[in-house]
Amino acid sequence: MAISPNSFRTGPDERGHFGLFGGRYVAETLMPLILDLEKAYGEAKADPQFQGELNYLLAHYAGRPSPLYFAERLTKHLGGAKIYFKRDELNHTGSHKINNVLGQVLLAKRMGKTRVIAETGAGQHGVATATACALFDIPCVVFMGSVDVARQAPNVFRMKMLGAEVRPVTAGSSTLKDAMNEALRDWVATCETTFYCIGTVAGPHPYPAMVRDFQCVIGNEVRKQIMEMEGRLPDTLVACIGGGSNAMGLFHPFLDDKGVRIVGVEAGGKGVETGEHAASLTGGRPGVLHGNRTYLLQDKEGQITEAHSISAGLDYPGIGPEHSWLKEQGRVEYVSATDDEALAAFQLLCKLEGIIPALEPAHALAHVTKLAPKLPKDNLLVMNLCGRGDKDVFAVAERLGMQV
Amino acid sequence: MSRITKRFEKLKADKRAGLVIYISAGDPDLASSYEILKGLPAAGADVIELGMPFTDPMADGPSVQAAGQRALKAGITVDATFDMVRRFRRETGDGDTPILLMGYYNLVYQRGAERFCKAAAAAGVDGFILVDLPPEEADELKPHATAHGLDTVLLTAPTTDDKRLPAVLKYASGFVYFVSVLGITGTKSATEDAVRSHVARLKRHTKLPIAVGFGIRTPEQAAAVARHADAAVVGSAIVDRVKAGLDPSGKPKPGLTAGVLADVTALAAGVRGTVKA
Ligand SMILES: Cc1ncc(COP(=O)(O)O)c(C=O)c1O
Repeated sequence: MAISPNSFRTGPDERGHFGLFGGRYVAETLMPLILDLEKAYGEAKADPQFQGELNYLLAHYAGRPSPLYFAERLTKHLGGAKIYFKRDELNHTGSHKINNVLGQVLLAKRMGKTRVIAETGAGQHGVATATACALFDIPCVVFMGSVDVARQAPNVFRMKMLGAEVRPVTAGSSTLKDAMNEALRDWVATCETTFYCIGTVAGPHPYPAMVRDFQCVIGNEVRKQIMEMEGRLPDTLVACIGGGSNAMGLFHPFLDDKGVRIVGVEAGGKGVETGEHAASLTGGRPGVLHGNRTYLLQDKEGQITEAHSISAGLDYPGIGPEHSWLKEQGRVEYVSATDDEALAAFQLLCKLEGIIPALEPAHALAHVTKLAPKLPKDNLLVMNLCGRGDKDVFAVAERLGMQV
Repeated sequence: MSRITKRFEKLKADKRAGLVIYISAGDPDLASSYEILKGLPAAGADVIELGMPFTDPMADGPSVQAAGQRALKAGITVDATFDMVRRFRRETGDGDTPILLMGYYNLVYQRGAERFCKAAAAAGVDGFILVDLPPEEADELKPHATAHGLDTVLLTAPTTDDKRLPAVLKYASGFVYFVSVLGITGTKSATEDAVRSHVARLKRHTKLPIAVGFGIRTPEQAAAVARHADAAVVGSAIVDRVKAGLDPSGKPKPGLTAGVLADVTALAAGVRGTVKA
C-alpha cells in the first residue's frame, strides 16, 4: 500500500487523476468540451459572485443549512453510539442532489449553454435538475432507464410537471448505467449547446471534483453544527454510496481529521456472495467506464455486468474514482448492506423517529444498526440521511405485499 | 513500414481513395462473422476495422450497439477476436490488408496494455482505434503499441480545433480518423463541403492519410468523401445489412455473407470510380 499522503484532500492532479483512478476517457468529440468545462468551472469557483449566487440559492431556495438532528430514540434502541442524522432529505426536492444541481445549472448559464441533460436512477437527480431548469428557464431532458421509470413513477411525474422531457432508456439493463450511456450519446451530438449535468462524483474530469465540491456543503455544515452541539468533531461518519456524491460531500471535509472513522455503505443487493449486487468496491475491480477509471462490476474480459439493488439510486456498477482511491489508501472503510437489511432499516426509522427515509440512505442506516451497538455511548456518529422516501413508497409497499 | 502505411502508399500510387469497412467481430455469430471477414478484401475493402463488442458502447448508435449485442450473445471474446484475425492471415494468405481493432479501452486495460499489444500483434493485427482513449490518456498504451509495431489511429472531430490538433496528432500513426459529424455512429451525415474543408484543415497539420467516417451509407456518399479524403469508412450500413440477413430468431438466412459482400462491392465501386479532387 502507498504511503499516506500529507493530505487526502488535494486531489485530483491536473489531469484529473486520483492516483490510478479518474481521468478523462471520453470520445475526442467531447474532449475539447470537457477542457472548456474545466476552465469555466475553475473560473467560477474562484469568482465570489458565482459563489454568492450559489450560496443564496442554497439558503433561500433549497433551504440550507439542513439540520443536524440527534436521533434519541434510535440511539436508545441501538444502545451504543450517539446517532445524529444530517437531514439532507429536508432540502427542496427531497435529497442532497439539489446541492450539486444548483451549482452545475448556474455554471451552465454562465457558460451560455441553452439546454441541459441529465441521467437519473432514483429520479432524485432528475427531479433536482428539472427543478433548477424550471427556475432558470432552460430546456431539460432527463435520461432514465425504463426499469427505473417503472419503479420510481412518482419522480417521473414530478419531472414532467416541472417541464422536463423524460426519455426512457431500454438498452442494456435499462437502469442508471444505461441512462448514463444514453446521456453521453446525446451529449456527443449536442455538446456545443448542451450542458451535461452529471448527478454524482463520477464521469470524466472535472465532474468528480466539481460535484464533490458542490456537495461538500454537507460536511462543512456538519463540522460547524457538531461543534455547536457537542463541542467536538464526530467519531464516526456513515453514508450510502451509489456513485458516491452524498458520501463524498459528507466525508471530504473530514478526510484529514485522523480521529474520524469514515464508512461508506454500498448496495449489497441479494448479498455480495450471490453476485446480484451493486457493491463495486467490495465485488469489483478497476476498469474504465463512463469517462473514468474506477472500481467496476465486470466479467473476466472487462464486459460490464449488471448491478442489482432494490434502490434505483444505488443500482450502478461503478463508483466515483475518488472513492476507489480512498479505498486503496485505506482512509475510508467500504462495506455493504443488502436489500432486506435496507428494507428493515427503512421500516425501523419510520416507527422510531417518524422519518420515512429513501431506500438509498436506508442502506447507510442498515449499517448503523449493525455498527452503533458495538460502539461506546460517547461515540458521536453522524449518518447522512440524504433523501426522503416518498418516491419509494410504492416500491416498498410492493415488496412488503401491501396495497397502496 | 507498417501494413497500414504500405496500403495507403499503394492507394496513393493508384491515385484513388480507399474503402475502410467496419464489422463487429462475432456478429451475428462467430462462423458467419469470419466468413464475412474473409470475403472483405475481394469485395473491395482496402482496410478492415474489426469491432471488439463492448457492453457499453457510449459512442455508438443503435446499429453498432445491436451488432455488438448480437456478437456478445453469440459468445465473442477478445481471444476469439484474435483467433479470427490469425485464421484470416493463415487461411487467406492475405498479408497486405490491414486489420485494426476498434473498440473501448476497458477490454485492453483488463488484459493489460502490454499483453494485449503482444497478443494482437502475434495474431496479425495492425493497429487500434480506441474510442474512449484520447491522447490525454494514451501514454499507457502508446509505448507498448509502438514496441509491437501496432499503429494507434486517433480520432479527430469537428470540435478538435487547430490549437488542440497537434496534441492529438502527436500520438497518431497509420492514418487519422476524422469523425465527420458531431454525434454517435450511424446517425447524421456530413455535407461534402464540410468534409472538404475539414480534410483540408487536417492536411495542413499532418502528412498522415485522412480517413473520414460516420454517416456514410451509400456508394454515392462514399464517392463524395473519396473525392477529398484518403479513405471513406463505412460501418453502420454494413452491420445493418448483417441484421437484414437474419431471420426473426436471429439466425443467418441463406445468402447473408454474399449480401453483405455485395454491398461492400457497391461501395468499393463508388470509391474506386472517383477521381480525387
Ligand atoms: C436519496 C439518494 N441518495 C443517494 C443516491 C446515490 O447517489 P450518490 O451515491 O451519488 O449520493 C441517490 C441517487 O439517486 C439518491 O436519490
